[in-house]
Amino acid sequence: MVPVSYYFALSAILFALGALGVLVRRNAIIVFMSIELMLNAANLLFVAFARSYESLNGQIYVFFVIAVAAAEVAVGLALIVAIFRTKQSIDIDAISSLKG
Amino acid sequence: MEAFNLVPWIVFFPVIGLVLNAAVGRRVGERGSALIAIGAAAGALVISVLQFLSLIAHPQGAVINLADWIHIGTLQVPWAFRVDTLSVTMMLVVSVVGTLIHIYAAGYMHYDVRYKEDTASYARFFVYMNLFIAAMMILVSGDSYLTLFVGWEGVGLCSFLLIGFWYARNPDGKHGTLNAQAGKKAFVANRIGDLGILLAMFMIFWAFGSLSFDAVLPHAEAAAPWVIVLITLAMLLGVTGKSAQLPLYVWLPDAMAGPTPVSALIHAATMVTAGVYLVARSAPLFSAVPAAQTTVALVGGLTALFAATIAVGQSDIKKVLAYSTISQLGFMVAAVGLGAYVAGMFHLVTHAFFKALLFLGSGSVILALERAHHPLDGKHDHASPPAAHAEHFDPQDMRIMGGLRKQIPLTFWVYLVGALALSGLPPLAGFFSKDEILADALQANPLVYVLLTLAAFLTAFYMGRQVLLVFFGKPRSHAAEKAVESPRVITSPLIALAALSVFGGLINLPGLHSFTSWLEHTLGHELAHATEFNVIVALLSTLLALGAIYLAWTLYGRNPLKEHQADPLQARLGAVFTGMQNKWWVDEFYAWLIIRPYQRLAAFLADVVDWRFLHDWVHDSLITNGFRGLARFLANPVDLGVIDGIANGLAAAATGSARVLSLFQTGFVRNYALVTFLGVVLVLGYLVFSI
Repeated sequence: MVPVSYYFALSAILFALGALGVLVRRNAIIVFMSIELMLNAANLLFVAFARSYESLNGQIYVFFVIAVAAAEVAVGLALIVAIFRTKQSIDIDAISSLKG
Repeated sequence: MEAFNLVPWIVFFPVIGLVLNAAVGRRVGERGSALIAIGAAAGALVISVLQFLSLIAHPQGAVINLADWIHIGTLQVPWAFRVDTLSVTMMLVVSVVGTLIHIYAAGYMHYDVRYKEDTASYARFFVYMNLFIAAMMILVSGDSYLTLFVGWEGVGLCSFLLIGFWYARNPDGKHGTLNAQAGKKAFVANRIGDLGILLAMFMIFWAFGSLSFDAVLPHAEAAAPWVIVLITLAMLLGVTGKSAQLPLYVWLPDAMAGPTPVSALIHAATMVTAGVYLVARSAPLFSAVPAAQTTVALVGGLTALFAATIAVGQSDIKKVLAYSTISQLGFMVAAVGLGAYVAGMFHLVTHAFFKALLFLGSGSVILALERAHHPLDGKHDHASPPAAHAEHFDPQDMRIMGGLRKQIPLTFWVYLVGALALSGLPPLAGFFSKDEILADALQANPLVYVLLTLAAFLTAFYMGRQVLLVFFGKPRSHAAEKAVESPRVITSPLIALAALSVFGGLINLPGLHSFTSWLEHTLGHELAHATEFNVIVALLSTLLALGAIYLAWTLYGRNPLKEHQADPLQARLGAVFTGMQNKWWVDEFYAWLIIRPYQRLAAFLADVVDWRFLHDWVHDSLITNGFRGLARFLANPVDLGVIDGIANGLAAAATGSARVLSLFQTGFVRNYALVTFLGVVLVLGYLVFSI
């Protein structure tokens, strides 16, 4: 039985990688994937704790997260396609027209 | 039969007439316009006669309430008509003389409007005339001092309007403003008198609590004597204004600027006698205070003599009559002042007849000369020689008349009747009335008697002088030679008035005293006493009058005046005659005493007080600069500094903060993500570590 702390550490590493990716990468697709990474890091921890405490609550949360993530993917990809159509680029620093 | 209820129509008829004439007078032509006016005056005459007949049956009279007029606190003044023997006497005089003069004016104004080249004014004249009749009727029929005062002011207004009837001309017919100025003079002099009436009314209301005759006159003894003295003296001021007594008489000679029918109606027969009527109406008040009575009598006596001396020196036919009117009004005022109210009213009636006759006669003379000078009727061609127009021509100047008895015999005979009546020769009307006054004066106040007798002597003299100058001798001008008799419409009222001047004395013959007993119903037995006929007085005054006429004949009849010859009195009286001619320089004295200081005061007020002080200093310096300074202060520190500062400061704060805050809005998604991330870390850190 792998101790839950291992999952915790893996999840933290994954979340940090995701957050780092969101903050430093300029490619919108990669930012998107980093967000997925953060969501899944959270999912991993939910599942790990659910297993550890033998409660189904965590598993159910994970389903919700996956459903929301699926919706988010649909909306996010549509936004990326729209941005690409206007800017001929998916560099998120290029969409800075709201600069004050 | 009682017709007292009809009495308001003495006012309504003239008012209807004037409204009709004002509305359609120009469209109905001269004939229609004159008929309307004469009809209105005749309507008033019929009503007056009906009142007279009713009064014979019911001599106590009546008070007819027409409408409520004023209700203020305890002051209650209805518009009520008082029908008693005194008011009906006045009504009859006004309507009889008024109607005759309206008829005369219908003919006279036909010529006058043509000589003044303003035929549109014909209807206007009759509007004013009817307005005058209405106002005079209000004056004599009013049942309170206030209604009397309404009429008093109304006749003053009509007098002003009619003196200045040809307001754009001078009395000599040239363009100018002298006529209008004469009207103004009359108005101002009358206003001074009206002040007296107003003061008298205030004091009456204060002392008696009412202005109605019934509430005041029977209770004259109830008030303190000094109050009555003040009331009567204030009234005397009004009388001197309206009835042209010393010292306010100066307007009446100038009032001759009005057309001659106006002089006859307003400034001889009716309006100027309003003062006498007022005193007679207020008889119980005057009789309560002998001091005031003496003052009134002296004013009247002095005026009678003073004006008579001036009349001697005049060369204008109407001016002689004007001063004669003042003198005769002095007789009446003296009479009512002496307590001889009946004699005063008697003289008022007879004087209305013969003075109206004389004025209308003089108008006929003037017209005769005017028509000879520039004919209108087409017998001569209209383009008369220019020289005739260029030379000075004054149709009222007696020095260019002479010998007119042959040219205008009818006018001459009626004029002679009027002159003899005025001179007081028996058995004409003037003899009886004047003699009654003299007899009363001898009893009551010998000084006044002497003054009046001297005035009577001068009266006969100046009338003799006038008749001799105008009608006897040889014509002294082309116009006098060619003078033409006036048409029937003008001469028939003259004949009627001449008849009245002859028989007018019959109303109060010595011994019968019918007029005395007539007025006794109103004045009461004590005030309407009948004076015994004084043979000596009558004989003396008749002899004096005859002597004066003889004197006039020796001066003007035996050797008639030649053309451009000086008046023979000039040589005999010298400076005195110059003084008479120049009206004793009273006008100049008033100009020096009142008018010039007043004008100087006005100039001072206008120039120094108004222009330099108020305008230059207060307005231009004080107010303008103060306002400018205040405006500058409000504009600069307040508006630019404070108000704009607030607005600009707000704007600067907004832009400054926007500039700073916009730095945070980089537009880079990753920046926002980082901030959000850090925020989440902070919140989580706080939550985790604060537990």
